Amino acid sequence: MSDQNEPAIDVSNLTMRYGDLVIMNDLNFSIERGEIFVIMGGSGSGKSTLLKHLIGLKKPAEGTILFSGEKFDLENDASRHRILRDMGVLFQSGALWSGLTLAENVALPLEEFTELDARSIAEVVSFKLALVGLRGFETFYPSAISGGMRKRAALARALALDPAVLFFDEPSSGLDPISASRLDDLILELKASFGTTIVIVTHDLESIFRIADRALFLDISKKTMTALGPPAELRDNPPSDEVHRFLTRSSDGPA
Amino acid sequence: MRTVQAAPDDLNTSAPLAELRREHGALVVVLSGEWSLSRSPLRFETLVTRDALTAPKVHSLRFDATDLGRWDSSLLVFLEQVRQFCEAEQLELDVSTLPEQINRLLVLSQAVPERATPKEPATESRLTQLGHAGLRSWATVQSALSFLGDVALAVTKLARGTAHMRWREFWVVVQSNSSGALPIVTLIALLVGVIIAFLGVVVLERFGAGYYASYLVGFGMLREMGALMTGIIMAGRTGAGFAAELGSMKISEEIDAFVTLGVSPVEHLVLPRMLGIFFMMPLLTLYADFVGILGGMAVTVSLLDVSTTQFVGGMLTAVTMVDAVLGLLKGVVFGVLIGFAGCWKGLETGSDAGAVGRAATSAVVVGITLIIVANAVIDWLAALLKI
Repeated sequence: MSDQNEPAIDVSNLTMRYGDLVIMNDLNFSIERGEIFVIMGGSGSGKSTLLKHLIGLKKPAEGTILFSGEKFDLENDASRHRILRDMGVLFQSGALWSGLTLAENVALPLEEFTELDARSIAEVVSFKLALVGLRGFETFYPSAISGGMRKRAALARALALDPAVLFFDEPSSGLDPISASRLDDLILELKASFGTTIVIVTHDLESIFRIADRALFLDISKKTMTALGPPAELRDNPPSDEVHRFLTRSSDGPA
Repeated sequence: MRTVQAAPDDLNTSAPLAELRREHGALVVVLSGEWSLSRSPLRFETLVTRDALTAPKVHSLRFDATDLGRWDSSLLVFLEQVRQFCEAEQLELDVSTLPEQINRLLVLSQAVPERATPKEPATESRLTQLGHAGLRSWATVQSALSFLGDVALAVTKLARGTAHMRWREFWVVVQSNSSGALPIVTLIALLVGVIIAFLGVVVLERFGAGYYASYLVGFGMLREMGALMTGIIMAGRTGAGFAAELGSMKISEEIDAFVTLGVSPVEHLVLPRMLGIFFMMPLLTLYADFVGILGGMAVTVSLLDVSTTQFVGGMLTAVTMVDAVLGLLKGVVFGVLIGFAGCWKGLETGSDAGAVGRAATSAVVVGITLIIVANAVIDWLAALLKI
């Protein structure tokens, strides 16, 4: 068990690059346990790239990322296994494995990371699918259900191991307003019930103001973060014109 | 009172614990310890016994969670077992003493899906399956014919100069089927020539006619193997490539984008590909013929007492221009068939992740099958016409 006083994720002096092209410089922030942390910014500002760094799909060009005080070492099997077990990721497209049924999709992380027997796994899987409103869809293949259902099934998979940290990449993309708002409810519920730390990449303002405890703003023109704090505060006292325009959805700066 | 406890596998935390006790005609499930998915799970049915319900009969079940430690989904799964048990035994379930968060999750998991679960399809009888298979085959034939029709229309428009075809794509296909295909065609054709020569030398030597191996190499490469082997290579290389390219365009809705713009994807995408391979196949066949004959000659010359001049001279007394032209004609036909199979299967691609792979595989299978059938038909016609 990790130290409960450590932040869930601690990022210091992170630089992200694509080849020689620097995308973001000098990122410093921590994500506290049990908070809903939103990473926002315009298209192309590197939000998704930052997420890929946080979940260990990309290596930092410079700087460090600590998970509960531990460095994500891709080469060290034990450490990687421990960190990955504690995180769940909902990819933008859902990324369900198309060759597996929904139940098999949700069961795979359980088979990989726990010693549970087949019957217990089946029960956990049914519960997770029920939690996202997909009771009875166990034997369906991803191709046989709608986009919104696929996203929820993917969430059930991300939740399979009761992760301590849950990452969402653009959760509302491709969802109708009702489904998007339901997903927000579910996110709040997960935070309240399991105390899950939730990291969301989004530019859905409504969702940001409704669920985020704190938000981080990536400014593409300055190539670094320019704001960090509760979204309502950032809107009322914007640290930069860019943040103001983003949070008030306007195309001009303040008069 | 019965107790179940999971084996402690971590000394720092206490194992999950559930106890059952009776209290004024009610069952009380006492939950304590730390509940975690990484421990061996508890099962409610190992806790409850028949006599716990009778003598005297109980009517309700509630929980005592005062000593409950940290918990995760393993507890919720256990509670779901309790719920199902209560439903089966018609016990009143009282969850009011459970922590608020657990109750909220239970309510969430009990919510009815907004879309009713569709029924699983009933298993079909053999006869129905046969019927469906027949209908599917007919649908495949229809789709092939309609694609063929589209291609024919596109070719007519091209001849009239009204087709929307980008020549740049044509040249890309030409390029990938010329210099790009040469190494593999060289290797295979050379080895096929070698194989034919070995066959000729070994068999004909027995009759003292080893010299005629040159006839076999010449006829074999020009009439049959040059075109056939090139066709098979191209079906695997280019046909599969066409299917995969068009298939991924289909999945990313690029094909739909053409259609909604009123541009025919057949003219725009299929035509340059089919034309490209139509022109390149005879050239590659000619090249394969040449390389194959070289390989055959090398073997014949090295195994028998025959000079290269004798080999070429002998071969030329037997083969004629007609044999070479027949081979090239086959090359053209095979090219059309490969392009057809690749593009047709590509445009027919489904929408799941495995679809592109299936389209490419099926393009190769269909392409090679069509090539072999066409080869047999052309040989038969040639024999009829005494060519």
